[in-house]
Amino acid sequence: MEQASLLKVNNIEVIYEHVILVLKGVSLEVPHGSIVSLLGANGAGKTTTLKAISNLVKAERGEVTKGTVEFEGKRIDKMYAPQVVKLGVIQIMEGRRTFEHLTVEDDLLTGAYTRGHDYKGIKEALKMVYDYFPRLVDRRTAKTGYISGGEMQMCAIGRALMAKPKLMLLDEPSMGLAPLLVEEIFEIIVRLNKEENVAMLLAEQNAAMALQYAHYGYIMENGRVVLDGDSETLKDNADVREFYLGLTEIGKKSYRDVKHYKRRKRWLA
Amino acid sequence: MTFFFEVLISGLLVGVMYSLVAMGFALIYKASGVFNFAQGDMSLLAGLALVGFLTVMPLWLALLCTFAVMTILAYGTVFIIFRPLVARPPLILFMAAIGLSFLIQGIGQAIWGTDAKGLNIGIPEISFEISGIYLNTFDLTFGGVATALVAGLVWFFQKTRTGRALRAVADDHEAALSVGIPLLRAWAVTWVIAGIVATVAGVAWGSRLGVQFSLSLIALKALPVLILGGIDSILGAILAGLLIGASENLAEVFIGPYVGGGIQTFFPYLVALIVLWFKPYGMFGKEIIERV
Repeated sequence: MEQASLLKVNNIEVIYEHVILVLKGVSLEVPHGSIVSLLGANGAGKTTTLKAISNLVKAERGEVTKGTVEFEGKRIDKMYAPQVVKLGVIQIMEGRRTFEHLTVEDDLLTGAYTRGHDYKGIKEALKMVYDYFPRLVDRRTAKTGYISGGEMQMCAIGRALMAKPKLMLLDEPSMGLAPLLVEEIFEIIVRLNKEENVAMLLAEQNAAMALQYAHYGYIMENGRVVLDGDSETLKDNADVREFYLGLTEIGKKSYRDVKHYKRRKRWLA
Repeated sequence: MTFFFEVLISGLLVGVMYSLVAMGFALIYKASGVFNFAQGDMSLLAGLALVGFLTVMPLWLALLCTFAVMTILAYGTVFIIFRPLVARPPLILFMAAIGLSFLIQGIGQAIWGTDAKGLNIGIPEISFEISGIYLNTFDLTFGGVATALVAGLVWFFQKTRTGRALRAVADDHEAALSVGIPLLRAWAVTWVIAGIVATVAGVAWGSRLGVQFSLSLIALKALPVLILGGIDSILGAILAGLLIGASENLAEVFIGPYVGGGIQTFFPYLVALIVLWFKPYGMFGKEIIERV
């Protein structure tokens, strides 16, 4: 794992508006061609971690104040977000964020912005996106504001694919989608990972889903990574089973019996 | 009836002017959320610069230099004034725009002086008559240029890569940034376009009434146009500009005499008020696509 790292996040701290410390030293690695999941509850710092990598924190008046982010051995934490995209790291933000007044095809084409005037390459990329998401072909001329949530998520992933990424940062791709659709989206993520060799860093609240598809996982709480390991190990971890998968030795557990605060304290110490 | 058409047409020609100014507003508002109070001052600056350059160089070069001034202004505005204000609330951006407005006026005065100047770019003003209605070549030329400008912009926004990127920025800043569209550069391009629009407006207005500081006040006339058309709609700005221009002229001539005249100055605001009651986003304001 050490030599093969595509992305290396080294003990980063992120501060918003000069005062609010959101990440308190997060380190993680994404090896070439792997799917890594980033799990945690609301407000744990998953989104901020992704935005620190893609450098979108700056657009929200945030700043990486400590630590480094390296992509293919190159530091990217001081770069302007579009430069990071050009290097091959693209974030698919939470809530799809398609351009609602653009048609699906125009929306997809904006993803190729950093590729300049490489019309041939862009045309091929567009064809590839339509091959992965045949459903988008029919909706090509519809404004993205009027397509369904699942189609929007496909459009968002397709748009990112247009940039020829080496690493996708996916923020809650399952949010607000029906279980069957979630599965469909994850299947495609796995296919893209295998067939196009795109590494994935996946922030999810749906831990069961993420652990099923990812190779490795990090668990975050309060702006820190509290646990990491490959997905199989995490699935067997007693705390993960209880807090994130809702399972205990006896099976499903009632929420009434869970004493979160006592068990969680141990990780923070 | 002929008289009616004459009033209508002269109103429409003033309306083209309003359309252009309102379009400048709408462009910048759409792209960056800044309500650009300085749009009228940009017209003034363009007029002043052109007059200044014309004293020492031929027309084509003077136009080029004016364009250069507007480009520098656009990049300066975005990279110096608005860069530190990224992601600030709209009211702060608006205050910055008001500051910019006075800054441009001040700089214009400092360089070119405060007195009104005539501007003649050599478009002939020959009156002629078609079935009883008087027209003149200057107005028609100007109308033609404005139409071509609008057509060019529509093509640019719909068909080019940069135009598409600008539309994306207008929809969602952060998402645009996330796909690699450089936000500040996109804004600067928008300001350049608004600068070109302001130049056309400034030159047309300046040739007719002289380049003077009241030119910056046409920004105020653009407000009812924006409310009628919808603040973020280019098409709305164009149509509403024509509508306001025509209706204020017609109102002045046909209703004015009954109420003692002088209604031209406030009639557009009255229209705007009524529109606000019934269609708060204007005729073509961006419908907020809400998912239910």
